[in-house]
Amino acid sequence: MIGIEHYLVVSAILFVIGVLGIFLNRKNIIVILMAIELILLSVNINLVAFSAYLTDMIGQVFAMFVLTVASGEAAIGLAILVIYFRSRGTIAVDDADRLKG
Amino acid sequence: MIQTFAFYLFAVLLIASAVLVIMARNPVHSVLWLILAFFNAAGLMVLVGAEFIAMLLVIVYVGAVAVLFLFVVMMLDIDYAELRAGFIKNFPLGLAIAAILLAELVLGLGAYRAGAFELGTPSGAAAPVLDRSNIESLGAVLYRDYLFLFEAAGLVLLVAMVGAIVLTHRQRPDGARGQQNITKQVRRNPDEATVMKQPEIGKGVEL
Repeated sequence: MIGIEHYLVVSAILFVIGVLGIFLNRKNIIVILMAIELILLSVNINLVAFSAYLTDMIGQVFAMFVLTVASGEAAIGLAILVIYFRSRGTIAVDDADRLKG
Repeated sequence: MIQTFAFYLFAVLLIASAVLVIMARNPVHSVLWLILAFFNAAGLMVLVGAEFIAMLLVIVYVGAVAVLFLFVVMMLDIDYAELRAGFIKNFPLGLAIAAILLAELVLGLGAYRAGAFELGTPSGAAAPVLDRSNIESLGAVLYRDYLFLFEAAGLVLLVAMVGAIVLTHRQRPDGARGQQNITKQVRRNPDEATVMKQPEIGKGVEL
């Protein structure tokens, strides 16, 4: 029988894969953005699973807001990526030191 | 029985495609695996009765975000092999941190199963409406209790759209090809913009 634990385990594994993706592809910011999408997806699965478990719709409302912010983040992130590529000719983020940060 | 089978199918495919997203050599393949991951996550959500969020996932993520990724990946001319240089070097550290994180999450889940804290129960104010579909229940909560948050979400999207346009919009230098001159456009009138010609039969018009 499938319970809340199964959903939580899937979501935890997905979250960890997302974090691992950020570590493995430290130079390639496109894959980093995709890994962030995976992390947000795991959060959404968690919210929806708990919403069904507690028979409370608020979890799904929150999942919608997470989705909104995730799509906004993707749009802005990719726009920054495009202008970065335009000025530098590469997207290797480990030598992004123009701001001397 | 069929539910259990469907859950394991979606879960295994979701995790496998997520692994392939971060492992694929070609970012285009990464995006395609990401789309598969979103579809499987939507399947998982349908299984618990959250159809609206699942459909939103397919429409927004697959239809908009993943396609946006695909556009950007294909538009930029990048040597992706060079970007993978640190992949092997970062592997042990990344794996160690991922293992620690997973161990912590499993520990939390184990503690939850052993007996969760009682942090209160839902008031029932946001319970799904009986005999109504998922989207009707969601709409009732969203437009009754979370109306201003909903509008704020719209504002977030507006700001994201304006931000993306402002960031990527390139002002062309004066006189460059493709430069828009609004005064010139507005002052244009039919008399100087069009001419009448009476071409002879069998001959074209010379402009």
